[in-house]
Amino acid sequence: MSTQSVHVEREPLVRMVKRDGISNQKAWLIRGISLGSALVVCALLIFMLTKLNPLKVYSSMFEGALGTPRRTWVTLRDTMMLLCISIGLAPAFKMRFWNIGAEGQVLIGGVATAACMIYLGGKVPTPVLFLVMVLASTLSGAVWGLVPAIFKAKWNTNETLFTLMMNYVAIQITSYCVALWENPFGSNSVGIIHPNTEWGWFPKIFGQQYLLNVIIVMGLTVAMYVYLKYTKHGYEISVVGESENTARYAGISVRKVILRTMAISSGICGLAGFIAVSGASHTISVNTADGRGFTAIIVAWLSKFNAVVMVLFSFLLVFLDKGAVEIASKYGLNEYASEIIEGIILFFILGSEFFINYRLIFRHAGKKDKKEVA
Amino acid sequence: MKKVLSLILAVTMLIGCCAMLAGCGNSGDDGFKIGVILIGDENEGYTYSHIKGIREAAESLGVKDEQIIWKYTVGEDEKCYDAAVDLVESGCTVIFSNSYGHQSHMQKAASEYPEIQFVACTGDTAAISGLDNFSNAFTFVYESRFVSGVVAGMKIKELVEAGKLTDANYDANGNVKMGYVGAYPYAEVVSGYTAFFLGAKSVYDKISMEVQYTNSWFDITAEATAAEALAARGAVVICQHADSTGAPSAVQALHKNGQVVYSVGYNVDMLSVAPDVALTSATNNWGVYYTYAIKAAMNGEKIATNWAEGYKTGAVCITALGSACAAGTAEKVAEVEAALKAGTLHVFDTSKFTVEGKQVTSCIVDLDGNFANTDPADKEAVWDGYFHESELRSAPSFSLIIDGITPLN
Repeated sequence: MSTQSVHVEREPLVRMVKRDGISNQKAWLIRGISLGSALVVCALLIFMLTKLNPLKVYSSMFEGALGTPRRTWVTLRDTMMLLCISIGLAPAFKMRFWNIGAEGQVLIGGVATAACMIYLGGKVPTPVLFLVMVLASTLSGAVWGLVPAIFKAKWNTNETLFTLMMNYVAIQITSYCVALWENPFGSNSVGIIHPNTEWGWFPKIFGQQYLLNVIIVMGLTVAMYVYLKYTKHGYEISVVGESENTARYAGISVRKVILRTMAISSGICGLAGFIAVSGASHTISVNTADGRGFTAIIVAWLSKFNAVVMVLFSFLLVFLDKGAVEIASKYGLNEYASEIIEGIILFFILGSEFFINYRLIFRHAGKKDKKEVA
Repeated sequence: MKKVLSLILAVTMLIGCCAMLAGCGNSGDDGFKIGVILIGDENEGYTYSHIKGIREAAESLGVKDEQIIWKYTVGEDEKCYDAAVDLVESGCTVIFSNSYGHQSHMQKAASEYPEIQFVACTGDTAAISGLDNFSNAFTFVYESRFVSGVVAGMKIKELVEAGKLTDANYDANGNVKMGYVGAYPYAEVVSGYTAFFLGAKSVYDKISMEVQYTNSWFDITAEATAAEALAARGAVVICQHADSTGAPSAVQALHKNGQVVYSVGYNVDMLSVAPDVALTSATNNWGVYYTYAIKAAMNGEKIATNWAEGYKTGAVCITALGSACAAGTAEKVAEVEAALKAGTLHVFDTSKFTVEGKQVTSCIVDLDGNFANTDPADKEAVWDGYFHESELRSAPSFSLIIDGITPLN
């Protein structure tokens, strides 16, 4: 580096240098600082635009997400939903397979679940019904992901476009089913399925309606963490992701890994559809996935496919969303105002990754560095 | 790394637990509180008319701002149930929702909190739900649709007499063509456009109408495209049952290019987006209902299971007449409104329309939503020579396609 600077007459004011490594403590410090600055910037913005006390606004956001036991459970339920999809996306993304089709995989899993609830509810014993729902949703999700995966593995088609297109197919199938199952007639909505008998609904555990959602998704999270980090399959996924040629050289069947991983990835997304229908909404509509298939991509990337870190980011996003709803309700702020806050916070978090990977050397400090080197 | 992670996780959970414990303490407030669940916010015409109605009611009843808890842009899924239960926990004793799709989630909440009154506006299952604390409300919006049809009929009559129409504006039978942008092919929409059509026909008899559905309640582009398609087929007046300003804006643009075409809107005054072509809009005055319902709830009385009222109590009206309206429209409107108020004029008078060439003498309404109208619960809606819309239940139920109206899709 010092040989280079000899030829340059004037050094640039700031140089970006890729860090060789950074201690975890320092990395989390940078993340903390950026979150803090994001909050300060938002506070200034809130005050400038609305003249409200930003601290009050923040505390109502907190109130909205965790203010009562019920709100906390709803926040938890939605966190689990987002987390489940992110968990599903993680292995595909780690393999550098751009699965943009989670939205459709969730929907189709939800449609399969709703079909089981409607046609089998009350006709088969509850454990059988749940088994069928789990299998149907996972399989239909897996099929939705396997179709693009097969094309990718065999003919190397573009999986980004293919999975994206599959979303629209799923949305159309969902609208067809909604029209088929609408109740009451002419309403264009399925309404709550079995509102009185609660056939096919997640049972309450310890009196908590959404505890089963938490148990299933936390179980999946741990399993995915172990799968990616400590198993042969997980290793194969990262090798294929780094370089297909290396994988082939090492004797890994790339085709097999792509198919297997996508089946797992989209199967979990299908299962997320099961949790959404059977464990939360008890109905099906084109909004069942509610854009979470795309939000989960952000979660998966921000957490660098680390299943445990995904818990944090899913919680953060859902927390911001619930907080947004509350401040809209309390201060009559349009929801766009809170989306601005969400945007600023995400921007700063993404920005912090830059400072974790690079360090800035200022001209003055740089010269001092050189002297020290010399 | 792991240490920091686990620390953060622990702190998060701790905060969560604290919140759970703290939450138990501060629930419950003795004051009267109203909860409102809305599909949109004040930027959307349909929801705005509800917000306006509630504000009017609150003002006349002396309910303070902080006694109303608003939940904006609540989807028609578990978010509605979440919002309803959250409002119960915040101390609301009466909770309103304004969109049809909220209904089953409101009903679920109502079955769990029998001491709280739940109202699903525009819904239709309250009577068959068997719940005392669950009700529906709608207005006789078909009356204001009829009046807006009268305004359209006056305009058509003027255009015909002035010789402004071309051959393209007439159908094969010599009827002047109108167009209608409908959301969905449901009773609510069918009832609305039939009333509009009959209103126009009451002024100028030789009229036909084509209906284009958009399959969405709010889709600016689809509504504009539908309006353009109808205008291209020769429609002189285009009315709508969809919530955006897409159709009037499109009509305004066509008018600027020299086409003879006018617009009748819904819910909100369209003069701001279509100053040269907007004749009027049929609308509801929800303040009448909310004043009634909130007053009943304040006094601890039960809100009527099926509420529906019209011109008689001022629950429906049309917006200000545009400058494009024909001369004498205001007088004619006043005359028709007076007849509706007095009960001497019935919108669905069976002597005024035919279905497949025959007069309608019987029409059973499906009241239990089971796809058939043959159960004992279903009732005859035609007596005394007219179809009794919104009287057996508040939501519209007229779904006959009468002669002269042609759905295109």
